[in-house]
Amino acid sequence: MAVVRTQDIKKIYEMGDVTVEALKGVDLEVEVGEYISIMGPSGSGKSTLFNMIGGLDKPTSGKVYIDDVDVAQLDAYELAWLRCRKIGYIFQSFNLIPVMTALENVTLPMVFAGLTSDEARDKGVILLGKVGLGERISHKPYELSGGQQQRVAVARAFANDPAIILADEPTGNLDLVTGTEIIELLRQMNKEYGATVISATHDHKMLSVSDRVVWVRDGVVDRIVNREDLNIRVGTIDGSA
Amino acid sequence: MAQQKATASREIGSQVNLPLSKAIEISFNSVKIRFGRSLITVSGIVLAIAFLMSIWTNTAIIDSLKRSNDPTINLKLQQKGIDIDPDSAASSQERSKNTWLIVLSLLVCLVGITNAMLMSVTERFREIGTMKCMGALDGFIIKIFLLESSFMGTAGTIIGVIVGFSLTMLLDTISYGSQLYQYVPWVGIVQFGLMAIVIGSFLSLTGGILPAYRAAKMEPVDAMRLEV
Repeated sequence: MAVVRTQDIKKIYEMGDVTVEALKGVDLEVEVGEYISIMGPSGSGKSTLFNMIGGLDKPTSGKVYIDDVDVAQLDAYELAWLRCRKIGYIFQSFNLIPVMTALENVTLPMVFAGLTSDEARDKGVILLGKVGLGERISHKPYELSGGQQQRVAVARAFANDPAIILADEPTGNLDLVTGTEIIELLRQMNKEYGATVISATHDHKMLSVSDRVVWVRDGVVDRIVNREDLNIRVGTIDGSA
Repeated sequence: MAQQKATASREIGSQVNLPLSKAIEISFNSVKIRFGRSLITVSGIVLAIAFLMSIWTNTAIIDSLKRSNDPTINLKLQQKGIDIDPDSAASSQERSKNTWLIVLSLLVCLVGITNAMLMSVTERFREIGTMKCMGALDGFIIKIFLLESSFMGTAGTIIGVIVGFSLTMLLDTISYGSQLYQYVPWVGIVQFGLMAIVIGSFLSLTGGILPAYRAAKMEPVDAMRLEV
């Protein structure tokens, strides 16, 4: 059962006289509960693909289906509902609201979903406990380290029990150890909540936890590798390096 | 049965409109939380409106003093270099100078207030994009910023009117003594005060709403990518 399906999506950016074809027709299917990494060098179109999947941007042509529903057909209310309850977002630069405490950041999506303040607070405390920040719920983002901020963002992404977690370079602004911790946290939440995790990354630490890795190059899917085949490849990369 | 439940959960729902009270709560908290930043925005509005109000008040008071033909006051006016004969060349020159001052203070209002509001909203584009990702409706974001702008705009304008009026009264009392009070054109000044409030609120609302509207209508990635 595919939770996300893309059909020949293309994205063309027009910058003055120059047109840049960021995606040249991508077909991709993501299964429920999968942990999938989209890999590729910067400029390969992986972030663009990622934004299309998340309904954060519209493709120039082609279709994106989430749970077999064509995203382009949704009106503003349905799109907001989708972003609120179906998808949880994690960003490279965390994107926490700077003036809000960790708890307020986590409960914001729940407020948008229509939960009462009390329900949201209880759920937020549980989620922050799960990501290991039970003691720091009333800290503001600037009082937290990068890794802790990203943990808050992970808790926020899981706020409304989404079916899909989209992580855009979640370890991009973190050091090696903290990055590994976040990857493991994501994997653990993926198993515990059964949410499908899709992450755009060029962090090779991500490979070992991914069920599948999609390599994107020059706006097309270069190859898709399953985990079983992946370990050998990582071995050869390490060996040759 | 299980299958039925599965299909139900796969349907796309429609996002609920949050009640106005929630928008008021969020926007009020937002102003309160960034108190320091709000204070700077508000003081921009206060300064602009205080300038406008003091020019208006002072012009009205001097006009009324001239009309009073009180000998002691006439003497003081002349000492300040103000011509008391309304038909003289100096008087008409002064009138055009005053008009110019009022136009100038209106310009200060226009630029000062819209700039203060524009900055306070555009620096939060990333936040607007994030809120859209979390499932906020465009209308809700616009509502929050509308409320925030009106909180700050109204507070700033009212304080500005009070500050501008009191300072002018203080300075004029020092210049013309307490007999000034019998000639103060209260009705005119209240009218000017109301006009200043209308101008200030209108400018702060438009200055705050236009960028918020623009950001709310963007695709979330574009709003987050925008560096201001």
